[in-house]
Amino acid sequence: MAARKSVKKTNVSAEELTEHYRSMLLIRRFEEKAGQLYGMGLIGGFCHLYIGQEAVVVGLEAAAEEGDKRLTSYRDHGHMLACGMDAGGVMAELTGRTGGLSKGKGGSMHMFSKEKNFYGGHGIVGAQVPIGAGLAFADKYNGNGRVSFTYFGDGASNQGQVYETFNMAALWQLPVIFVIENNQYAMGTSQQRSSVTPDIYTRGEAFGIPGEAVDGMSVLAVKEAGDRAVAHCRSGKGPYILEVKTYRYRGHSMSDPAKYRTREEVQKMREERDPIEQVRTLLLDHKYATEDDLKAIDKEIKAVVNEAADYARNSPEPALEELWTDIYA
Amino acid sequence: MATEILMPALSPTMEEGTLAKWLVKEGDTVKSGDVMAEIETDKATMEFEAVDEGVIGKILIAEGTEAVKVNTAIAILLEDGEALDATPVAAAPSVAASPAPAARATVSSPESPVAAAAEQTPDWPEGTELVQTTVRVALRDAMAEEMRADENVFLMGEEVAEYEGAYKISQGLLDEFGAKRVIDTPITEHGFTGIAVGAAFGGLKPIVEFMTFNFAMQAMDQIINSAAKTLYMSGGQMGAPMVFRGANGAASRVGAQHSQCFAAWYMQIPGLKVVTPYSASDAKGLLKSAIRDPNPVIFLENEMLYGRAFDVPKLDDFTVPFGKAKICRTGTDVTIVSFSIGMQYALEAADKLAEDGISAEVIDLRTLRPMDLPTVIKSVMKTNRLVTVEEGWPQGSVGSYIASEVMQQAFDYLDAPIITCTGKDVPMPYAANLEKLALITTDEVIAAVKQVTYR
Repeated sequence: MAARKSVKKTNVSAEELTEHYRSMLLIRRFEEKAGQLYGMGLIGGFCHLYIGQEAVVVGLEAAAEEGDKRLTSYRDHGHMLACGMDAGGVMAELTGRTGGLSKGKGGSMHMFSKEKNFYGGHGIVGAQVPIGAGLAFADKYNGNGRVSFTYFGDGASNQGQVYETFNMAALWQLPVIFVIENNQYAMGTSQQRSSVTPDIYTRGEAFGIPGEAVDGMSVLAVKEAGDRAVAHCRSGKGPYILEVKTYRYRGHSMSDPAKYRTREEVQKMREERDPIEQVRTLLLDHKYATEDDLKAIDKEIKAVVNEAADYARNSPEPALEELWTDIYA
Repeated sequence: MATEILMPALSPTMEEGTLAKWLVKEGDTVKSGDVMAEIETDKATMEFEAVDEGVIGKILIAEGTEAVKVNTAIAILLEDGEALDATPVAAAPSVAASPAPAARATVSSPESPVAAAAEQTPDWPEGTELVQTTVRVALRDAMAEEMRADENVFLMGEEVAEYEGAYKISQGLLDEFGAKRVIDTPITEHGFTGIAVGAAFGGLKPIVEFMTFNFAMQAMDQIINSAAKTLYMSGGQMGAPMVFRGANGAASRVGAQHSQCFAAWYMQIPGLKVVTPYSASDAKGLLKSAIRDPNPVIFLENEMLYGRAFDVPKLDDFTVPFGKAKICRTGTDVTIVSFSIGMQYALEAADKLAEDGISAEVIDLRTLRPMDLPTVIKSVMKTNRLVTVEEGWPQGSVGSYIASEVMQQAFDYLDAPIITCTGKDVPMPYAANLEKLALITTDEVIAAVKQVTYR
């Protein structure tokens, strides 16, 4: 697989680029493993994989600073790994075990980390959008200079509460970055069949919220746009919209046969635009890394993921008393 | 012909008001639409316009007079050229379509010393000075005290700041705490509720005012899926310490979409606490507890009670704990359990039943989740009979839950089937007579008690 098309000169350091590579590869391998465990019956229920979209969250995490907050929808594994949550803890939550980040009580769609400022993991399409603005409200209230990355999809962008939130976020100048991960399909409904306007980022115009479209298959493009958005929010100018055009390779969830698009469409994207291949090529072309270096990273990531899977399989199921805990603080 | 200008009802629940200012004087000519007076209701100061043309013959109620009952004649309007003592005076049509219901005033306060239950720990120490306070002011005081004590507490909702509350609950709060902490929202319940949930996740302690709980249905997903469940879904890492408060239940003549009780709905949800005060002291003490509670609390007020005054203890920091019912009246023949405005019917019924020689024990649940079932069951074990009273619908009511629990836990103590008195199983009609029929009445409670006591 080659992605030579979008390769160009970069002034990004070897270290930074390698880190992007490592982070994206971790998400990819983790998700592949999750798919495998799902097939084995170790993961139940809904499981939404992030494969193909890795550059979005990795690029934006690179633009974030310590203390910034983030939250997203149910397609959340990548976001958790990218903000540094433990792969074993995430995987053990997927298997519903006591070592999971929510002690096995949340599942794939409902995970949180106070330590990493990750506020979910939300299973109701669009519900995280006002909540993300609420986190920004708290930050503004406390005057701490933090920003809140609020991720949602092209599907969620048709929910009414998104526009209620745009209005209030602009009215109150909240430091929130609305990241629309446009992977082109809301479950099985393509954007053309669900949205009258092709460019979702323009929907902030009515509220005076600046927005831009970003190549979501390029981690560097995402990082650059993220820097602009963060600078805008942190300087007190209010919300910002990034519509990151991306693509998910897998079905909406594990049980989706993805009949609404052709195999060729997916294949073409994988071959020509793959975010990980793009960075791999850059690393090699700039002689930032050798094939051997990258192989070593691949091996290292594989080990992390295998360890996470082992942990997730061996961690015990939650104690039966856990049914009755954490209902009230 | 001279007509009387009557004190208008300027809100659905207004029973009386202050004639703040006359803007016309005797001898002035007025025409339809001219502002004649300013009238202060329990919620706002309103301008009162003339409906008919004529000359102000006599002003009957001086400006500054308080507690002028709706439909009292406040001035006499003469036709041009007519003398004052001409023909008999006819009543002018009042501005509001009908007078507000008047038969709500005389209720024995549950805090009256006679009613206080001997066996219960009292809510305040004996000898504490008591101040007659309306529920409205008690709620405001509770918020103000907690906002003074904790910088992270803030109030948001429609019209809470500059308008000082659609029902004047937040009067004075903007002045004291400023626009950072008393925040007017657009009319967008789903959105601002979600923002408040996020702010709670982020460490603040929001008080969300729903103008009425009817509008909270727009925000139901955020209340239940986001606020109530996150603590559990996060394995205890983060939750939503916040209060959702506002008027719940039927007001008066506002029809089906604005008249319904949500107590049974919210009571079903694990992760929520549900508070339903009747008296002003409970409104204050429970709201302070709700604001301090680290969980999402649904605080159901009642518009009909806002203007009613009760004794409130004068204490620096008066709180009422959750999950502790109050025995408002002790009795031996039957237990009547209720909450919120249902207490009014329960207490009125108990008074009248006493005249017939039936001794009713009346319990105010005060909070529905947690619910103090032990107090109810203990009482039933003594009286062997139970009647529950609420304004909400019958199917899946608060009473039906209590009945099922009592049946399971105290079956052998029951000498009669439990009767659950509720509102009728219909959307609230607008017509005055039908609305009256739809609501629970004191007479129905009395009839239920007579049935379970076989009298």
